[in-house]
Amino acid sequence: MMTNRSRTYAAVALALAAGSLCAVAPRLLARESSHAEIERGRYLVAAGDCAACHTDEGGQAFAGGRAIPTPFGTIYSTNITPDPETGLGKWTSDDFYRAMHEGIAPGGRHLYPAFPYPWYTKLTRADDDAIKRYLDTLKPVREDNKPTRLPWPFSVREVMAGWNTLYFKEGTFRSNPQKSAEWNLGAYLVEGLGHCGACHTPKNFAGAPKRDQAFQGGYGENWYATSLGGDLRDGLGSWSMQDIVQYLKTGANARAAAFGPMAEVVHDSTQHLDDKDLHAMAVYLKDLPPHESPPAKPAMTAGNGSKEDADRLARGRGIYLDDCAACHMENGEGIAGVFPPLKGNAVVQAKDPETVVHVILSGQKTAVTHDNPTGLAMPAFDWKLGNDEIADLATYLRSAWGNTAGAVSRDKVADTRSTVVAARTK
Amino acid sequence: MATRLPPVDVVLVGFGWTASILGQELTDAGLHVLALERGAFRDTVPDFATTRIQDELRYAVRNELFEEPERETLTFRNSSDQTALPMRHLGSFKPASGAGGAGVHWNGQNWRFLPTDFLQRSHIEQRYGKGFIPADMTIQDWGVTYDDLEPFYDKFEYLCGISGQAGNINGAIQPGGNPFEGPRKRGFPLPPLKRSYGTVLFDKAAKEVGYKPFPCPAANTSKPYRNIYGAQMGQCTFCGYCEWFGCGNYSKSSPQTTVFPVLLRKDNFELRTHADVTRVLRDASGRRATGVLYVDAQGREFEQPADLVILTAFAQHNVHLLLLSGIGKPYDPKTGQGVVGRNYAYQITSSVDVFVNDIVNPFMGAGALGQAIDEFNGDNFDHGPEKFIGGGYVALWTTGGRPILQHHLPKDAPKWGSGWKKAMADNYLRTVSIATHGSVMSYRDAYLDLDPTYRDVYGSPLIRLTFDFHDNEHRMSKFLTDKAALIAKAMKPRAMHVNQREGHYTIVPYQTTHNTGGAIMGTDPRTSVVNRYLQSWDVPNLFVVGSCAFPQNAGYNPTGTVGALTYWAAHAIRTQYLKKPGPLMSA
Repeated sequence: MMTNRSRTYAAVALALAAGSLCAVAPRLLARESSHAEIERGRYLVAAGDCAACHTDEGGQAFAGGRAIPTPFGTIYSTNITPDPETGLGKWTSDDFYRAMHEGIAPGGRHLYPAFPYPWYTKLTRADDDAIKRYLDTLKPVREDNKPTRLPWPFSVREVMAGWNTLYFKEGTFRSNPQKSAEWNLGAYLVEGLGHCGACHTPKNFAGAPKRDQAFQGGYGENWYATSLGGDLRDGLGSWSMQDIVQYLKTGANARAAAFGPMAEVVHDSTQHLDDKDLHAMAVYLKDLPPHESPPAKPAMTAGNGSKEDADRLARGRGIYLDDCAACHMENGEGIAGVFPPLKGNAVVQAKDPETVVHVILSGQKTAVTHDNPTGLAMPAFDWKLGNDEIADLATYLRSAWGNTAGAVSRDKVADTRSTVVAARTK
Repeated sequence: MATRLPPVDVVLVGFGWTASILGQELTDAGLHVLALERGAFRDTVPDFATTRIQDELRYAVRNELFEEPERETLTFRNSSDQTALPMRHLGSFKPASGAGGAGVHWNGQNWRFLPTDFLQRSHIEQRYGKGFIPADMTIQDWGVTYDDLEPFYDKFEYLCGISGQAGNINGAIQPGGNPFEGPRKRGFPLPPLKRSYGTVLFDKAAKEVGYKPFPCPAANTSKPYRNIYGAQMGQCTFCGYCEWFGCGNYSKSSPQTTVFPVLLRKDNFELRTHADVTRVLRDASGRRATGVLYVDAQGREFEQPADLVILTAFAQHNVHLLLLSGIGKPYDPKTGQGVVGRNYAYQITSSVDVFVNDIVNPFMGAGALGQAIDEFNGDNFDHGPEKFIGGGYVALWTTGGRPILQHHLPKDAPKWGSGWKKAMADNYLRTVSIATHGSVMSYRDAYLDLDPTYRDVYGSPLIRLTFDFHDNEHRMSKFLTDKAALIAKAMKPRAMHVNQREGHYTIVPYQTTHNTGGAIMGTDPRTSVVNRYLQSWDVPNLFVVGSCAFPQNAGYNPTGTVGALTYWAAHAIRTQYLKKPGPLMSA
């Protein structure tokens, strides 16, 4: 199985490296057995993290129905089991390819880009066919799709035609002949099936990725996904290739642990990928340039700031020692392999403090993987710490141990609390 | 009418330490395992969340993690000529309710019993003669030896990530460890915990008296740990809230920290909480268990068929279920015949409060942070001149310095007002307490049976405990307490007072949750409920696991031995029973 998969990937990688379109790939694949194609489809479905959206909490696998909140309203994922009435049972592989490639379902129905076709468009036809072939093997589940809850004009699907014209660039991945085969394989995975940019690339007012700021960090659903660029402070600049592979494979490394939506990505998707693919992704990610973000406000320090700043940091440090230091340690270095360090932590120093505030308020469980089965959890502090206290604490975290990031305001915490706590107690 | 549910391969009754281990081992063997737990599900976060769990009033005083006597309790009397009354509040011992069982709220004091402990009768007879054992003392050999259990002790220690210093590796005595322990194949997975100042004082004093103190083996992690199943643990922060609390830092070994992460994720494992098992069901022959009957939180009754039934509840709860289900012959103290309920035992504890001059910061503690001596445990010394059987360890534990229940004042301190406050301020940081942890032998008049009067919420008779301390135990405990006082004196204290355990056993003040016996193991069905593999003599597809199998109680905390016996039974089920279901020993 591994051999088949590796061989197929090698073929793709070679094709990519040769600078050709992947039209060659189907021909190579045609020689593979259907079993190999189905297995590959299964692997690709994991790589694409399809289950994350297409399986509702407590629902049947791939039967859809999970609410996807967007700034424009709620969309529900659809049933992608092969049920002929409610799923993809009547779809041809051409239908499927068009949906993946153009975001258009049979009958010309426009899909919303909550379905990441702006990324999936990069997939080769062969890969799309393999995915469809695998989905066809699932147990059909009869589960009607839920209507979206979007206000006009977004409720009119034809509007998406206009959106596509403005923001969507259709096109299969083209390899960069200047780069290595491994780099191209990584790019294909990160930019395509992995759809990492769906979270890690900032979006414009219309919810479209700002392509000129690709992977520089994005905001969504009360999370700020950190930059994947080469930034030392708030990106992957200080991570080694092996750090990235280990993080994606096990959910944690010496620098960080995955939590929140990324914990799901690691659990459902990246831990299942071959080391070779993960390494390729790391090669590509490590080649992303640091972004020139507006310089962070000078860190508050007790030494050079105002008396007010010094008081604030002292309060934040007091809270840190009482509530956080038992796990993250007084020196912010955490406990290797167990509790992540906050010193030099990209999430803590992110441009937007949304995530760090979110974590303090709601607590989080780290990714559960084969290698790290425990899912170590941090408890919530919303019941205990007020908005001022969390603002002081977060400001301290962003200034201590050489961390450099702007202060966090009480209003920011209040704002995050109103949505995070509401969502948690719903 | 009970609703009959689809059958499973194995049903576990109760979901604490023993069930978690069996669940993990038997699902690994490919079986479909279901655990029925009468309480709720609980996990590190949110239930034991750090900075929330350190609430002494809520957990230690108001008993939030323990079983609720209004739902399940026992009746108690000191002797058969008394009328037993139901316990309406928890007292002398504190069983748990809820996932993880008492493995959630224990201290983590994790010992191996001595090789001679497993040969309690034959060893004493051999060394001191048959006449040395009083006629009413019903001690017996376990049917397993220390050597049988050594690999399983080891497995439990590596499951838990025990912090400690080995004293005997393959017969070679190790400096700094307990020289009296049975030989172990390798050292502990983690080094000992950092010392508290109190344990340093004890160590010095004990050496001055001529003893060989060592760090107590602790199920509190001295370093981060990844266990045999891959579960991750943090390192203990010495917050001082172990006993009667769950751990929020993933640093006390519990089913939650060591087994749940892998077990609960398995497709062939299922946990049903709020499922209170009321009977073990059998077929017409009475020789085969067909499953169990349980009641859920809505009061609905279910029949859960299973090929293999394993009782994994707290000690006396296992015995209660056997008696209610009519399995095995109930023990009759008049004739000495029958086995179920026989040989209940407890432990006898005492302490010496030591008021020292130095500040000892008792609040920086851990449940098993202690220094002990083992010279007077088991048969580590000559009992001939002493004319009693048994022993125990003497230890100084720094479990914590909680404000409500963990402070010691000199006897003459005022009981209230500004005088009390001053005494508290003067003594809180300058007091330690030396504990003795003594064995209790089994006796003809110490047993469990069904109460003739009081009934539980389902209308079934409550379990009745008849127990008192005997002269042997009092003399042994006095002997141990004297040794503790010797060490205390060597600490050159400002003051000290000795809390000797005297008179009848009283079930009201807390002493220890180390109840044993009632469904004891052995090699003779006339004197044991289960064979050496913890398999019922009467119903071969029923196993009864836990400290109820101890034929008498030793001078150590029991969890290590419970863990070892559980792995031992699991191994026998996997390697013998599953290949050929049926009795593993001939009667």
